[in-house]
Amino acid sequence: MSIITVENVVKSFDALGVLRGISFTLNEGEVLSIIGPSGSGKSTLLRCLTQLERIDSGRIEVCSMTMAHSTGGTIQYADAKTLKQIRLKLGLVFQNFNLFPHMSVLRNITEAQVNVLAKSKGEAVATARQLLAKMGLEEKEDAYPCHLSGGQQQRVSIARALALNPTVLCFDEPTSALDPELTIEILKVIKDLAKEKMTMIVVTHEMAFARDISDRVIFMDEGLIVEEGPPDVLFNAPAKERTQRFLSRYGQ
Amino acid sequence: MRNLLPLLLAGTITTLKIFVLTLLFSIPLGALVARGRMSKNPIVSTVINIYIMIMRGTPLILQLLFVYFGPYYLFGASYDRFTAVIIGFVINYAAYFAEIYRGGVQSIPIGQWEASLVLGFSRAHTFTHVIVPQVVKRIIPAMGNEVITLVKDTALAQTIGVAELFRVAQSASARQFSTTPIVIAGLFYFIMNGVVSRLFDRFEKKLDYYH
Ligand SMILES: Nc1ncnc2c1ncn2[C@@H]1O[C@H](COP(=O)(O)OP(=O)(O)OP(=O)(O)O)[C@@H](O)[C@H]1O
Ligand SMILES: [Mg+2]
Repeated sequence: MSIITVENVVKSFDALGVLRGISFTLNEGEVLSIIGPSGSGKSTLLRCLTQLERIDSGRIEVCSMTMAHSTGGTIQYADAKTLKQIRLKLGLVFQNFNLFPHMSVLRNITEAQVNVLAKSKGEAVATARQLLAKMGLEEKEDAYPCHLSGGQQQRVSIARALALNPTVLCFDEPTSALDPELTIEILKVIKDLAKEKMTMIVVTHEMAFARDISDRVIFMDEGLIVEEGPPDVLFNAPAKERTQRFLSRYGQ
Repeated sequence: MRNLLPLLLAGTITTLKIFVLTLLFSIPLGALVARGRMSKNPIVSTVINIYIMIMRGTPLILQLLFVYFGPYYLFGASYDRFTAVIIGFVINYAAYFAEIYRGGVQSIPIGQWEASLVLGFSRAHTFTHVIVPQVVKRIIPAMGNEVITLVKDTALAQTIGVAELFRVAQSASARQFSTTPIVIAGLFYFIMNGVVSRLFDRFEKKLDYYH
């Protein structure tokens, strides 16, 4: 079943066309990696899905709800209630974590459960503890983000996103701000989520990782999807010259 | 000398009243001004910006004179001097506080807003629970400086004839041909600022649990 449908999405910043007609679908339980050179629009695409940016035209559907669609040359976004529902279907993990520095680890994970999902405090705490245990951070619930390593902070931010029980979890270069050894611990967490059949979109520069976990890979360049396919095809026998050039630069 | 202390005490009370009332009104008013300064409406933000520029670009002493004598010259209406002092101080300090708040709000990384919005927080909840607590921590040192300046600025109330501590001390000195009253007044400002900085230090320490 398709969870996200993106059709011909266009997004410009002033005169700069950053997304120039993107279409793809994401199925339940699928792990989709998005790779591509810097500036190709990968982050912008995730930000459009998570409503941090508005698209100029095209269509986005999430869990059978239409988030936005073009009608007669103008973009029409859904009403606030639908947008909020859609927002809760998608989690986003940022490159630089964006944890709330003034809240303890536990509260980072409970705050939205209580204030957005209206869960009871006790229920929220129980969920948070479960997730922290899963992330190997049960000792850290009272710590503040500034006292954690980058890898630990990123695991907290993954727990924070998971606490809302999203249908899809999106990652925007979740390891780019981390040392190689910390990168490994985050990649392992994402891999474990993939094993549990969590539906995910992962923007990454870690080619070996993308190849390892993905069911499908999209290669983007200059606001377009150049090529997409299963990882063995895309990495071993890319059809497009542009993809080959990009991969050869990454030592594939 | 026997009459001196009660006199100085009365002046001190006036000084403290100016200090407390100014903070009481200018701290919240500053938030409103900051909101206007950051408004997306260009007319609102321009008007507020001009107001802030005037408050920061002209001497407070001139503003006090204007607030007190302005209505008189314009409409022939005169009013209570102490009220004029409070109005003058409040509109001046609100402008300074507004700029501190604005700097604080704008210094919070945009990622804090984005993480909040993706988690489904409303803008209001994000502002009150994510942004403001971090702003408070960041602006404490600047606010401390401003409050210390206010302690000393209260002496300007005498320009429109309000008998605050320094004015009382000055006239007592003149009457008694002695510098003692002025020295006592100086000591008072010094101690009061000691207390103010202590309070701010303590507040800063309290929020030291994260950075
Ligand atoms: N808010 C913005 N305003 C103006 N231009 C922007 C904005 N956000 C992104 N851009 C531009 O859009 C283009 C695509 O940016 P985007 O961040 O989506 O690329 P990316 O593929 O994620 O790159 P990277 O791999 O470096 O993260 C870039 O040229 C960028 O400068
Ligand atoms: Mg990016």
